[in-house]
Amino acid sequence: MRLLWALLRRDLILAARQGGGVGTALGFFLTVLVLLPIGIGPDQVTLQRLAPGMLWITLLLSVLLSADRIFQQDFEDGSLEVMAMAPASLELVVLTKAFAHWLSTSLPLSLAAPFLGILLNLRTETIWPLALSMVLGSLALSLLASIGASLTLNLRRGGLLISILVLPLYVPVLVFGMSATTGNPEMIMPSLLILSAMALASLVLAPIAAAAALRAYLK
Amino acid sequence: MQQFANPTQFLSLANKALPTIWAVTTILFALGLYGALVTAPPDYQQGETVRIMFVHVPAAWLAMLVYTVMALASAVAIIFRHPLADVAAKTAAPIGAVFCFLALATGSLWGKPMWGAWWVWDARLTSMFVLFLLYVGYIAIWQAIEEPTRAATIARIVALVGVVNIPIIKFSVDWWNSLHQPASVFKMGGPSIAFPMLWPLLVMGLAYTFLFLALHLISIRSEITARKLRNLQIARGEN
Amino acid sequence: MQITAENLSCERGGRTVFSNQNFKLGSGEFLQLTGPNGSGKSSLLRLLANLAEPSLGKINLEGGSTDLTLGQQAHYIAHSDASKSALTVTENLVFWRDFLGSGDLMRALQAVNLAALADYPAALLSAGQKRRLALARLALVPRAVWLLDEPGVGLDESSQKLLAGIMNGHLREGGLIVAATHVSLGLKPDSSLVLGGTP
Repeated sequence: MRLLWALLRRDLILAARQGGGVGTALGFFLTVLVLLPIGIGPDQVTLQRLAPGMLWITLLLSVLLSADRIFQQDFEDGSLEVMAMAPASLELVVLTKAFAHWLSTSLPLSLAAPFLGILLNLRTETIWPLALSMVLGSLALSLLASIGASLTLNLRRGGLLISILVLPLYVPVLVFGMSATTGNPEMIMPSLLILSAMALASLVLAPIAAAAALRAYLK
Repeated sequence: MQQFANPTQFLSLANKALPTIWAVTTILFALGLYGALVTAPPDYQQGETVRIMFVHVPAAWLAMLVYTVMALASAVAIIFRHPLADVAAKTAAPIGAVFCFLALATGSLWGKPMWGAWWVWDARLTSMFVLFLLYVGYIAIWQAIEEPTRAATIARIVALVGVVNIPIIKFSVDWWNSLHQPASVFKMGGPSIAFPMLWPLLVMGLAYTFLFLALHLISIRSEITARKLRNLQIARGEN
Repeated sequence: MQITAENLSCERGGRTVFSNQNFKLGSGEFLQLTGPNGSGKSSLLRLLANLAEPSLGKINLEGGSTDLTLGQQAHYIAHSDASKSALTVTENLVFWRDFLGSGDLMRALQAVNLAALADYPAALLSAGQKRRLALARLALVPRAVWLLDEPGVGLDESSQKLLAGIMNGHLREGGLIVAATHVSLGLKPDSSLVLGGTP
């Protein structure tokens, strides 16, 4: 639909112009990546073993920390109210904005992360499975984050609250994202399939929950 | 259900029922603890420490049950707009969180003599930990939103999103655990559990349930009273 | 097209903001809402915009489109501008045009006298210009009902005349306007509703 496309374009342009998009998320990612060896020790064997998990967890945190951007600004400047009066349902608006978040933040991070894993001595054969699992998983991550963002709209300490609410929901994504990187090639396909299923399920659940939450804040 | 809609009527019904509920709770606990501490035999491997199971397992059951009650109450609030449904959900949460914490603490105590560690990341304990976080998030959202109607609407969504995810989380944690640790750590014997162990477990489960019922009713009662007070204050402010 | 409100009541945070409000508004008519702060003028507009539900009473809509709600056939201009400072004036309006339906961009810019600033970044606009950008939505996308919350605030005299002009044009074409305001907007209202009168 034309209006959703216009919304997607606008959100992507804003993400590019305003910052808080890929650049900042990538910066956060790199910062954490620097801290890890400092905290764990530079031993290559240890880093290699921990690399996939560390990359996944850093991805989770990066997506979450950028999530309040999804609705906050539109709520503050009154755009969200006008969007609620559009010919399309609020659920589709939510879906479009979550998708914009994925395209502008989560997806680029998922593509960059496995290659940044070289800094943690990530095994070369793990790079592609990790990339694929992250790309699929990150769609679920953005959608689930949009639920958290809508529930905590405009709240003080909203960032902390989003994390408490959404991180438990991230556990399944993390589990199956990691199971693709165990080094057992037979596990890769089933893990990716399950991650796709989770992304699809979030595609349905997230807009319903988030739109209901937004309506409560727009009253 | 309609008779419970009027808060005053509910209060009078609750007040009448509470003494009986407390009595039943006490009897069940007495019975259950007798079975747990006296008649149940010690485990051939774990010895007397297996008796912690009689506190841990029902607590875990209740942690799950209470979250389900919260989710059901939230659904009733959305579908039927029953005025007490939100109160029921809100007040159940702290009680459920305490049961959950109890399950975690006793799980830790149970594990210590066996594995020498205060905490093991086995499937059940890990899932219970995540459930505890779901409780914390739910309670936090009620605290964070000042406007009561809005807080209720948001809390309903949190509870329902949580309840939908609980089976998925449990499934994935079980799977994760089987990847890393082939043996199931907490042996309960499954369906072949011996009767002397089974009946105290079930009685304790019932005892916990009645305890929850009593505490829940008391909690709803205080919440209703607090709201009446708030309404009185608002009315006074307007005159 | 006609809007009828019967026995309308609104609650916020457990308090009744207003109750038992009734009014009728037909095509080409302008309803003015007045009343002290906190009397519920904004709440009433939000009820009409379908952003909130009345606690009692109902709003009937006759005429107009049957598959759209009242809110989907209305413009709601509130205190915030709903514009992005990272976009230019044109980009802001192009977005709203595509999102809310369709419209004539040039005509809208001219109607609020922002045509000269078309490619100006919205961040550099003055407060009055930002208000005009917000009001441009009215001239941009045709919608039957206009819900305006203190539209004259932040406008200088010439801009207020522009606003009155747009509003008159809308009424002439058969549109409906409900506006909450403390000051005169330069138009004579067809009906008035005073909220929050002394008990």
